[in-house]
Amino acid sequence: MSRRLLGPFNRVEGDLEITLEVEDGVIRQARVNSPLFRGFEHILQGKPPQDALVYTPRICGICSVSQSVAAATALAQAQGIAPTENGRLATNLILATENLADHLTHFYLFFMPDFARDAYRNQHGFDTTAHRFKAQQGSAAPEMLAARAGFMHITGLLAGKWPHSLALQPGGTTRPVEAAEKSRLGTLLRAFRHFLETRLFAAPLEAIDALDSSQALDAFAEQHPDSDFAHFLRLSDQHRLQLLGRAGDLFMSYGAYPDESGEHLFGRGIWENGRQQTLDSEAIREDLSHSWLNAQSEPLHPWQGSTLPGDDDDQGYSWCKAPRLDGQIAEVGALARQLNDGHPLILDLVRHQGGNVRARVVARLLELARVVPAMEDWVRALRPGASFCTPTRPIEEGRGAGLVEAARGSLGHWMVIRHQRIINYQIIAPTTWNFSPRDRDEQPGPLEQALQGTMVGNDDDPVVIQHIIRSFDPCMVCTVH
Amino acid sequence: MSYRVLWLQSGGCGGCSLSLLNAESPDLLTTLAINDIELLWHPSLSEAGTAEFLQLIEDIEQGRQKLDALCLEGSVMMGPNGSGRFHRLAGTRRPMFDVIRSLAGQARHCLAIGQCAAFGGITLAGSNPGEATGLGYHIAEPGGLLGVDWRSRSGLPVINIAGCPTHPGWVLDVLCQLAAGDFHESHIDELNRPRAVTDHLVHHGCPRNEFYEYKASAEKPSDLGCMMEHMGCLGTQARADCNIRPWNGGGSCLRGGYACINCTAPGFEEPGHPFTETPKIAGIPVGLPTDMPKAWFVALASLSKAATPQRLKLNATADHIRIPPGRQKEEES
Repeated sequence: MSRRLLGPFNRVEGDLEITLEVEDGVIRQARVNSPLFRGFEHILQGKPPQDALVYTPRICGICSVSQSVAAATALAQAQGIAPTENGRLATNLILATENLADHLTHFYLFFMPDFARDAYRNQHGFDTTAHRFKAQQGSAAPEMLAARAGFMHITGLLAGKWPHSLALQPGGTTRPVEAAEKSRLGTLLRAFRHFLETRLFAAPLEAIDALDSSQALDAFAEQHPDSDFAHFLRLSDQHRLQLLGRAGDLFMSYGAYPDESGEHLFGRGIWENGRQQTLDSEAIREDLSHSWLNAQSEPLHPWQGSTLPGDDDDQGYSWCKAPRLDGQIAEVGALARQLNDGHPLILDLVRHQGGNVRARVVARLLELARVVPAMEDWVRALRPGASFCTPTRPIEEGRGAGLVEAARGSLGHWMVIRHQRIINYQIIAPTTWNFSPRDRDEQPGPLEQALQGTMVGNDDDPVVIQHIIRSFDPCMVCTVH
Repeated sequence: MSYRVLWLQSGGCGGCSLSLLNAESPDLLTTLAINDIELLWHPSLSEAGTAEFLQLIEDIEQGRQKLDALCLEGSVMMGPNGSGRFHRLAGTRRPMFDVIRSLAGQARHCLAIGQCAAFGGITLAGSNPGEATGLGYHIAEPGGLLGVDWRSRSGLPVINIAGCPTHPGWVLDVLCQLAAGDFHESHIDELNRPRAVTDHLVHHGCPRNEFYEYKASAEKPSDLGCMMEHMGCLGTQARADCNIRPWNGGGSCLRGGYACINCTAPGFEEPGHPFTETPKIAGIPVGLPTDMPKAWFVALASLSKAATPQRLKLNATADHIRIPPGRQKEEES
């Protein structure tokens, strides 16, 4: 048995370190460490509740809007108010812009460049892959950056700027839209659709949404060989990505993009063994047994939880907590969202091979195809002249939870207010779930499970590990915060 | 010879890097390439990870690799109890502050990217649980990690590109000027921030200026009026060009309908009052516009309030324009 300490990893958001125990070229155990602690839960103590809208987006520069929406939702619940209809639509649009931009950034800048690394130079088709996806040099990145920056004009218009906007409020949004601006939003969306339909998919978005089985996906790749999506699918076959990175196969989603009736565009739930169950967020507990935080006597719900940095004890190996749902580990992200929404393609992929590197990437790209048309509908539904925001109310005492879906999965804020001040604020981010350390029952977190059993041979820096890690699109700054 | 940049992240959110990806005309990678700026390493963009990166750091420390600019994004994490255990460089047990200090000593230029790296920023709000500090400043006091009077090899102090986050243009302008040998001490202000940014007020170019002139004020989020009187806006005091050089194709905080919270100034993270409420004494905002004598402001404000056209009075508390310019009489009749 040999032990390897790996890190730092780049092209993940923030800092990551992994310890592997390898025997006969196979990973027997993995320990995932989130090495940065900043202490946002402490920073928020004693603050006026509405100031959470300034502090929490600054937890993360890539999930900034998700953090804002979670804080605004928690405040709205505590105040007993709801956003106006325009405010709800604008919030969905701003959040969707961030989520889709993140999916695009992940695919083009974080995930694909690994296939253009020298380790693969003898592989069939390497030159074509390197020409398109080589980090900082490939032809795809400048095209994607221009498309992404143009798409982000939606945030310039609806939220002032990205990241770190104060436009997202408990009662809606601060930036009303006039008729001409509504038209401009439509143009920005069509420009983004054009990029996706010419470069990423080389097909209409609706054709991607209509893919309903593994066979349909294979046929698509053959019919549209010049698309970046087909390029990925070929690489996936070559590297057998469908056999890599399987975790516990329990998938959770808080539900994404609420509609006027409180239902979601992508449904909420827990998905396991082909069955969907109702999600009860009150069954969440945070286990601190293997984190460098002072452990509570037993795992607590975030309403009661605390975040107190402790000593460098022997049992701890990460600043990350281990959230568990009814004692079980849960995987979150686009794959979990699409499973819980029952998309036939994703159901079929997971039915055959469980959660894996390929399915996670496919689910992310599928969301690009599914959310842009929804955004077009939301823009059409905006009513210039009608209210975008209801005024907030002072809160003497109360509590509120904000459960949203960020690009990387389920994000929760739990806020308790007394005497008009925050007395407790606990946050569980998507990567807190996915990259959690072990719990007191020694159950490894999802990434730790996903790495176990992987063949790495004698390679000191195996690229295969990079594929597995990045398939979760980790956001490490959110993880510990 | 290209201008070689190493970009590190510590106690921050990565938002300044993500904002940098919003660069346009041309895009980020093209801007760097055509200005002959080479990223030796950037956490979001580089291919090399793990062993190659640790080797690169060693090569710079040993003088085998030339380093033109060290960019740090995020606060320096000193805690707990000065140990740096809140952020150790992954793959090593070494406190990140030690790596930063060592590389800063090798770099020709040293840039603090964003409010956190410059002054400590959001990470040192509240009780400062992480014992966060800036590279060359701790809030408004010179010092931070590198100490008072520290200079990089070029003789320049740490260049503080403050902001939360930074505008992509602020960072790229400075890097391009440095690469061209065209950035000098006269280009930085008293807090070592680029004067191209801080010679302006956020107020300059604010589309709500007419409301400001007549003290026609917004009262709640999404109102169109001036946000100084009630909504906590510090645009008349904050030094940045956000409304001259807008964000994401035409936005800014004020254009987005919310207050400027003065994120280029040290200490913005602890205003001493709720961010989006204006503190007042006897009905008069405590913070007055930059360089304006108080008596003048009070006199002008009461005069202009008395003269506020009906159009502005009505539009200020509405979320869409109720009376367009020149139609006041028509609407009143």
